Amino acid sequence: MTASADTMRGWLLSEQPASRMQARLGRAYASWQRFSANRLAVLGLAIILLLVFIAIFADQLAPHSPVVGDLQGSRLLPPSTEHWFGTDDLGRDILSRIIFGSRLTLFVVVLVAIIAAPVGLLIGTVAGYAGGWTDAILMRITDIFLAFPKLILALAFVAALGPGIENAVLAIAITSWPPYARIARAETLTVRNSDYIAAVKLMGASPLRIVVRHIMPLCISSLIVRVTLDMAGIILTAAGLGFLGLGAQPPLPEWGAMIASGRRFILDQWWVAAAPGGAILIVSLGFNLLGDGLRDALDPRGGEQ
Amino acid sequence: MMMGKINGHLRLMLAGAAVSALFLAASPALAETPADTLVQAWAIDDIITMDPGEAFEISTGEITGNTYDMLVRLDINDTTKVVGGIAESWEVSEDGLTYTFKLKPGLTFASGNPITAEDVAWSFERVVKLNKSPAFIIQQFGLTGDNVMEKAKAVDPMTFVFTVDKPYAPSFVLNCLTATVASVVDSKLVKEHAAVVTASADYKYDNDFGNDWLKTNYAGSGPYSMRDWRANELVVLERNDNYYGEKAKLQRVIYRHVKESATQRLMLETGDIDVARNLEPGDLDAVSANADLTTTGAPKGTIYYISLNQKNPNLAKPEVREAFKYLVNYDAIGETLIKGIGEIHQTFLPKGVLGAIDENPYTFDVAKAKELLEKAGLKDGFTVTMDVRNTQPVTGIAESFQQSLSQAGVKMDIIPGDGKQTLTKYRARNHDMYIGQWGVDYWDPHSNAETFTSNPNNADDSTTKTLAWRNAWDVPELTAETNAALLERDNAKRAEIYAKLQKAVLETSPFVIIFQQNEVAGLRKAVDGYKLGPTFDTNFVANVSKD
Amino acid sequence: MIDSGAIRKKSASASALALGFARFLFIVAITYLGLLAVTFFIGRVIPIDPVLAIVGDRAPASVVAQTREELGLNLPYYQQFLLYVKGALHGDFGRSVLTTNPVMTDIRRVFPATVELATLGTLIGALVGVPLGVLAAVKRGSLVDQIVRIVGLIGYSVPIFWLGLLALLVFYAKLRWTAGPGRMDVVFEYTFTPITGFYLLDAVLQREWPAFRDIFAHIALPASLLGYFSLAYISRMTRSFMLNELAQEYIVAARAKGLSETRIIWRHALRNAAVPLVTVIALSYAGLLEGSVLTETVFAWPGLGLYITNSLQNADMNAVLGGTIIIGSVFIGINLLSDLLYNTLDPRTRAR
Repeated sequence: MTASADTMRGWLLSEQPASRMQARLGRAYASWQRFSANRLAVLGLAIILLLVFIAIFADQLAPHSPVVGDLQGSRLLPPSTEHWFGTDDLGRDILSRIIFGSRLTLFVVVLVAIIAAPVGLLIGTVAGYAGGWTDAILMRITDIFLAFPKLILALAFVAALGPGIENAVLAIAITSWPPYARIARAETLTVRNSDYIAAVKLMGASPLRIVVRHIMPLCISSLIVRVTLDMAGIILTAAGLGFLGLGAQPPLPEWGAMIASGRRFILDQWWVAAAPGGAILIVSLGFNLLGDGLRDALDPRGGEQ
Repeated sequence: MMMGKINGHLRLMLAGAAVSALFLAASPALAETPADTLVQAWAIDDIITMDPGEAFEISTGEITGNTYDMLVRLDINDTTKVVGGIAESWEVSEDGLTYTFKLKPGLTFASGNPITAEDVAWSFERVVKLNKSPAFIIQQFGLTGDNVMEKAKAVDPMTFVFTVDKPYAPSFVLNCLTATVASVVDSKLVKEHAAVVTASADYKYDNDFGNDWLKTNYAGSGPYSMRDWRANELVVLERNDNYYGEKAKLQRVIYRHVKESATQRLMLETGDIDVARNLEPGDLDAVSANADLTTTGAPKGTIYYISLNQKNPNLAKPEVREAFKYLVNYDAIGETLIKGIGEIHQTFLPKGVLGAIDENPYTFDVAKAKELLEKAGLKDGFTVTMDVRNTQPVTGIAESFQQSLSQAGVKMDIIPGDGKQTLTKYRARNHDMYIGQWGVDYWDPHSNAETFTSNPNNADDSTTKTLAWRNAWDVPELTAETNAALLERDNAKRAEIYAKLQKAVLETSPFVIIFQQNEVAGLRKAVDGYKLGPTFDTNFVANVSKD
Repeated sequence: MIDSGAIRKKSASASALALGFARFLFIVAITYLGLLAVTFFIGRVIPIDPVLAIVGDRAPASVVAQTREELGLNLPYYQQFLLYVKGALHGDFGRSVLTTNPVMTDIRRVFPATVELATLGTLIGALVGVPLGVLAAVKRGSLVDQIVRIVGLIGYSVPIFWLGLLALLVFYAKLRWTAGPGRMDVVFEYTFTPITGFYLLDAVLQREWPAFRDIFAHIALPASLLGYFSLAYISRMTRSFMLNELAQEYIVAARAKGLSETRIIWRHALRNAAVPLVTVIALSYAGLLEGSVLTETVFAWPGLGLYITNSLQNADMNAVLGGTIIIGSVFIGINLLSDLLYNTLDPRTRAR
């Protein structure tokens, strides 16, 4: 067993990989080794895996209903064995709400990443590769969005689109693609004039093919790091929108909205606001740790910028 | 070398720590308000103008009530009656069309100018011609820009004559004249500040009657004068030493804009303020339990209701309308969400208004509601939406209602929004359900009757957009009865008509009326004589003192 | 909140500077036009009737119609947009519906509050964050390094409004160490007159020491909070810059010469790291100016963030536009400034 694990390791770390596959796996393994050596990063990964686990099994895990409470009988109860995190102003179990809220958090984070990252990637690579007027126009648009205060822009978009978690996602996505475009463009500029791209060009590849097949993949790893690092920011922005009353619709247990409603009881029933705040803190810390670890692992040069 | 290095770090660390410590040690200066000043914390972000001819908000109601005077005022001991303000006496002619007011002699404005019938007439003229939000309260007596100088005029310096177009119930006319829009402004002072404007098709006059100036300035005669208003920050009232009646006890009253109940409570506990005006149930309990503080309260003319848009075919069924009235958990809401700040009340006239009946026939009864829904052919329930602005207690009530509805198989989606946003949608009749409040425009049963029971034209382009219209509730008979009540000159008979209208709304209307607001205030013990009135413009502060 | 990707290294030779400046102006103009277009678009699609905000819910239909006309809301969109751009070009953003003042007057009143808070926050962030970052870099991998890292990461991860609430609960409600929300107690409302709008400075100028104490007690908590967030960013960046410098050859040379470690770190390494640090601090400052929206909400701080949020909720688009343009300008300005600083301070770009 140990022996075969050692051989496996040897194969992965071989200096002369026999196949492209072996080289790729080897690189991934080396990255994983760097990553797993970083205890904080592993902790971050564990937090995120736990979040995913809780979100998937929310139905089984939650002791009570997240939306139905007993207004008369169980309002604003302090933490107890029956309600670990107490109950809120409508008599709902806070623990159950937090457990179900993990779904919303994941939903927001994943959806924003799925929308914003490809948009940023596309705009950035096209601008970087095409240059000239295309570049100028696309980058000006990027600058306009960057010059806006991010939260205020998101606020304005949610106000315009109407409240709701989907619109909050859209608004955050609209405000978070410009940095990705910047990164993708910078990466594109560094590879655009490389021999490799010149070779592909000589082989008669169309610009579209070059951008999609050859440039975009090169940008992806730095983009993934950046997106992971941004996830905490996305969670905080979503919570901020919820806090200002523009996020999820009641009775959805969105954590930011839960803090906003707990705010009214903070003097006497501190747990109503404390618990969801703690949840946000832990999850965004998890993403930050993970992102940090990923960056160190994928980008051995280790620059902070 | 090692030591030096550590010392270097230490020094910097210490410097950093010192900076932070300095901040944390920034203990506040002594927390006490000045002895001659009353400091109130109140959400005053609704104020958009201080011109009594234009202002129509809750906060401005109180400010205007304390700083201006009207011909007649509400009798705060019996709110179905009026007493003299600037007017010493008044007479109604036989035909019910002419009201003659004799002014109290020797009165002056805060500026020192004498108060004359000319000022009264000019105040009416500017309200009608400016045609701002509250102007309809005066205009509804048949006054227009063309005839106002005839219909509201000074026959001599001490006599003002007001002519109406129909023989209305005198109680109705006089009640309307207690509204803040009928405040008497210092015409000499305001005319000095009138701005020249170009006349247009909409506005036929060459000046703004001082509207622009009066938005932020003051020209009244109340016990206090309005010294300063900074939007979303504060309003400062200063004692009016020219006041003809008993002078105000305190030199100054400051309203400080604080939105949060918890913050207000903290400031009250620390002594940063004397009065907290927006306490929510939990904080109210804490304040009453505190030995240094007391509370006071008074029912106000604002009722909270859920309305069902009749354009929605499900909601238009009479059984559904009735069923929903059984699906509000009145008791639980009364004991928790609105404890102390409201009282369960199911009729459309608030307690204290002429003709109000106090009947709460509906209770929370899911079985009954289910039965009704089955009768309506909606046994399996249906889905509706409700527009809810994200403030308390309405959000809490909406969520509670949502849970009750689900017990009867009805799925309700809450669409949260900012106040202005939900209102925009409501006014365009694009909602399914709406939860809102309605405060009386003036202290007369007609104010609420008009909006809840009259809908002269249910078409989308109607110019009269009452609450009945907003919910597409087409009720020609009730509309006619509402109008008839206006011309009933016998008060007792008039009250009867309103009782009948209230019963009709209770039984058949698409309005699920839940509670009447009870305004509360938390006070420092040192505050004396603080009393909330039945309306916001009778929340008088002139009698308040501090020991 | 803070976009580290925006730190762009720009190298411009002296002769190209003028051309670069012209280009910059052009970019600024385009960016502004874009800002105007986006705000206009949002203002028009927002499902709030601006007339409602002006006349209130209880106004009769005739008043509503009249006001709509006065606002020019019944003109075609392109005409409205032209009017909008024209007004903005004259520095006239119109009147705020909510406060009835010209928007510029309002901004002149609320902006200093935000600047004062952000400045103090950045000051704390830099004064504490830079030493911490240096320490972490010097003792790389040690416990101190880990602690600095965790403190920084928590700063990145915690919802500011939540931390603000907890801070208010602990330091104001329970411990009574600081004053509550707002900028100043009402007591001082008429003994103290704002001159510059920066209350701390005003109090010093007028020698109003009790007022100064009170103002300080009010600003301490929100400023510390913002300071913490800026600290998280600054210490992290400082650490990374310092690590970079400490690995350079000149450090090895200096060590070989027998210079004291303190001298090497603070005189040599930090001085060189200072160049990118200035950019970082400037960007963090800009981030605080913008990011104070939530802090201002929690602490009822009458600044620009609160002003914009309030206006937005009331469809007071003149105010939103004015506020956004101001923040946008500050962003652009700070970016330019840090670029210029970078070019003047950095010996490498200067030599070229």
